[in-house]
Amino acid sequence: MKIETTVNEQKKELNVKNYTEPLLDVLRRHNYLGAKEGCRQGQCGACVVLVNGLPVNSCIYPAGRTNGKKITTIEGLGKPNNLDKIQQAYLETGAVQCGYCTPGMVLSTKALLDKNSMPTEDEIKLALDGNLCRCTGYVKIIDAVKLAAKRYKKTS
Amino acid sequence: MANTKFSQVGKSKIKVDGQALVTGQPVFVGDFIIPGMLWAKVLWSPHAHARIKKIDTSKAEKLPGVKAVLTYKDVPRIPFTTAGQGAPEPSPYDSFILDNKVRFVGDRVAAVAAETEEIANEALRQIKVDYEILEAILDPKNSRKKNAPVIHDEKEAHMPLPLKYDPKKNICAHIDIKIGDAEKALKESDYVIEHEYDIHYAQHTPIETHISTAYFDVHGRMVIITSTQVPFHVRRIVARSLNIPVQKIRVIKPRIGGGFGAKQEVLIEPLVAALAMKTNQAVCLKYTRSEEFVSSRCRHPQIINLKTGVKKDGTFSAIDMRILQNNGAYGSHSLTILCNTGSKILPLFKCKNVIFNGDVVYTNLPVCGAYRGYGATEGYFAMGIQLDEMADKIGVDIVNWCKKIHIKEGETSPVFAALGEGVEGVEQNISSCGLDKCIELGAKEINWYQKRRKKQTGRYRRGVGMVIMMQGSSIPEIDMGAAFMKMNEDGSFNLLIGATDLGTGSDTIMAQIAAEVLATETEKMIVYSSDTDLTPFDVGAYASSTTYLSGQAVIKTAQKVKEQILKVAAEMLKEPLENLKAEHSTVIGKNGKVTFSEIANYSLYTKHQHQIMAGESHITHKSPPPFSAHFGEVEVDTLTGKVRVIKYVAAVDCGTAINPISAEGQTEGAVLNGLSYALCERYIFNEKGKMLNPNFNYYKIFSTMDLPELKTILVPTYEPTGPFGAKSVSEIGINGPCPVIANAIYDAVGARLYNAPFTPDKVLAAIKKIAR
Repeated sequence: MKIETTVNEQKKELNVKNYTEPLLDVLRRHNYLGAKEGCRQGQCGACVVLVNGLPVNSCIYPAGRTNGKKITTIEGLGKPNNLDKIQQAYLETGAVQCGYCTPGMVLSTKALLDKNSMPTEDEIKLALDGNLCRCTGYVKIIDAVKLAAKRYKKTS
Repeated sequence: MANTKFSQVGKSKIKVDGQALVTGQPVFVGDFIIPGMLWAKVLWSPHAHARIKKIDTSKAEKLPGVKAVLTYKDVPRIPFTTAGQGAPEPSPYDSFILDNKVRFVGDRVAAVAAETEEIANEALRQIKVDYEILEAILDPKNSRKKNAPVIHDEKEAHMPLPLKYDPKKNICAHIDIKIGDAEKALKESDYVIEHEYDIHYAQHTPIETHISTAYFDVHGRMVIITSTQVPFHVRRIVARSLNIPVQKIRVIKPRIGGGFGAKQEVLIEPLVAALAMKTNQAVCLKYTRSEEFVSSRCRHPQIINLKTGVKKDGTFSAIDMRILQNNGAYGSHSLTILCNTGSKILPLFKCKNVIFNGDVVYTNLPVCGAYRGYGATEGYFAMGIQLDEMADKIGVDIVNWCKKIHIKEGETSPVFAALGEGVEGVEQNISSCGLDKCIELGAKEINWYQKRRKKQTGRYRRGVGMVIMMQGSSIPEIDMGAAFMKMNEDGSFNLLIGATDLGTGSDTIMAQIAAEVLATETEKMIVYSSDTDLTPFDVGAYASSTTYLSGQAVIKTAQKVKEQILKVAAEMLKEPLENLKAEHSTVIGKNGKVTFSEIANYSLYTKHQHQIMAGESHITHKSPPPFSAHFGEVEVDTLTGKVRVIKYVAAVDCGTAINPISAEGQTEGAVLNGLSYALCERYIFNEKGKMLNPNFNYYKIFSTMDLPELKTILVPTYEPTGPFGAKSVSEIGINGPCPVIANAIYDAVGARLYNAPFTPDKVLAAIKKIAR
């Protein structure tokens, strides 16, 4: 079946095998390779994308449910040499090590900051609780969110 | 201390691969989609120990879309080890790509390559296997018993080095070291403590599971794109296991999603290669999360019997450490992990009488392999708790006592020479040690003297604990790393290194080191690493070696390149070499200056044309230890037994931190992994040896909500044998949390825990035991 969505602010028709096919598989088949598979059980957050601005684990999210909705993947943020504020903050604070969890982390951060540009540390921790990282110990990731929030605030 | 005014080193440069990673570019193995690529799936053993009597794949083969089904009948019967170590490996050759016997629940039975994953899974269901079920060993204490079943009864199993290996008795490694007369010294000690410590299984859980893709290039050579820490060992071991020449194989490591030792294992590459050969098509195999838990590799559980003797003046008279190590069903890293438990712990304490012995046994349980810390994590668990107990027994403050008992700069330990990587070690004097400063700063940061040994009542009680540690930097006289470099017209440089960046940032570290030598900027380096066709050799990312070892290879290479740059500049400026110096990508003489770009253009196009380039290798004669002191504060809920970490401080001496933010990141990542291991990570087995919790719901790893206040303190020293004074930092941090948390729990509630992890049930039982 086909579904009509907006991916990264562009109208996009996605071919899906059936309503419940995981969104992750559909996105990756359509060459949005930024979302990563980490567990296929909705437990690690490496596959997080935003659907209408809310973070979802795309590995267990039925692609059919995105019909008529807006999907944001990591490809919808900055590009090399033209990073967005969150991505830049992640690099400057050392929040990226292996980078496998990074797309999901960055998108969960975006979902948080879009609705709350001055999060407390506890709010940051809660927002990123579904994104597992084994490299960083999360310290620098939380630093990155704080730095990005500071810059968000300046421009908003 | 040498000149520490650096322009590139000691700066928190942004990772050279950072932009690609943070924008989600297709840089991981799973992002390389090759047209027509097949998907592989593996049939796993449901039994802990069984022989395959009959296996019928005919139905599976007939399924439309199935391109290959492999069983033991279809692969060469060549024994090898999956341990990605130097050759010959000090691990037994006890593995086959597929075998007619299965040795744990989750062992391989057969493999399928098909057009889709769904078809491959369906094909697995169509394979019929008749098993002769054998008695299984599910407790390492039973492995050496008389009449125990023999797990490796195949005639091919052997150790490629002259080391003790006795598979008939289920012993895959053994060590026995005696220095001085520990038995006598123990008798003459004023204080003696002996206890047994039990430390558990765990999985690395890289967020990217094991994944490899193999295909044939236009020349018929096999290309393996794989998530590995050891690309050159992959090439050699695949060649051996399939009996094909090294020349026919190219291994490429792209970006990889974490390793932590799990990918120092040549685990799935031989199987993927076999499937590619059978189908003559590209094949990708990716472990599911559950397969990663059950069928990849784990930390080696150990039962450690530790006995220490101390004199009235607080000096150690003897240490007697005896270990029973469970390696699971195959012997990967068996001996070297065991050796490391001794060699990374015993030299830290000034002591002339040492007994260190142990057996590594096979069991019918998941297979162990390299895991960050590599035996030292296990050893410090025992030693760290016993130190705490001993300090109480002799009535000293452990913080002050630790300052007295540890090895100092200029000193040596007989253990260095006696114990190496499965063989004798290498003698060394400590040439840098900032441990006293680590202890001092760590104690201050945790506010030790305000918090220690406070009498408390009430439900929630707090306590603090500490430990001191060392690790190593590389394996002396064994490990080798190499680099190659060439100069381009615009004054940029290609830096080609075998060193394997598994997310640690080593590509960036190497760029900083090269730029420092060349008096240019890190940003001028184009780093390409870990491709067996294009980069020079490197043993890979393990044994805390990359910065220390491969970094020196980069220094040597850059120095040669610099000599060539100066020579061309001398010709251009018509000045003698001794007049010249390089600064800010420019060579300055007495009469003038030329930029690196001008020099490169001159050398490529103008006169005496040649490519400015060089390559160098490096081995080390020492393994200088980084040192660290860890301090932690916990709150114990005496009603439920739940332990919450309030604050954790890791003070670490890694010499010069080439990239401080990365060094902190290594420490924080290691510490949090260690805390998670100490408090909640565990394998739960049923009575048939099946792991019951292979997912993140029931095998909990720490998330942001579990993060305590975590403070890293880098204590700079200068290691004269390291690149710009650097030592290692990647592993040491994981060793602290187990003993620190155990000691802090004791400080809070007065109950000792000798069995990790410290889950609420165990903590509660320990509290109840002392209340009785």
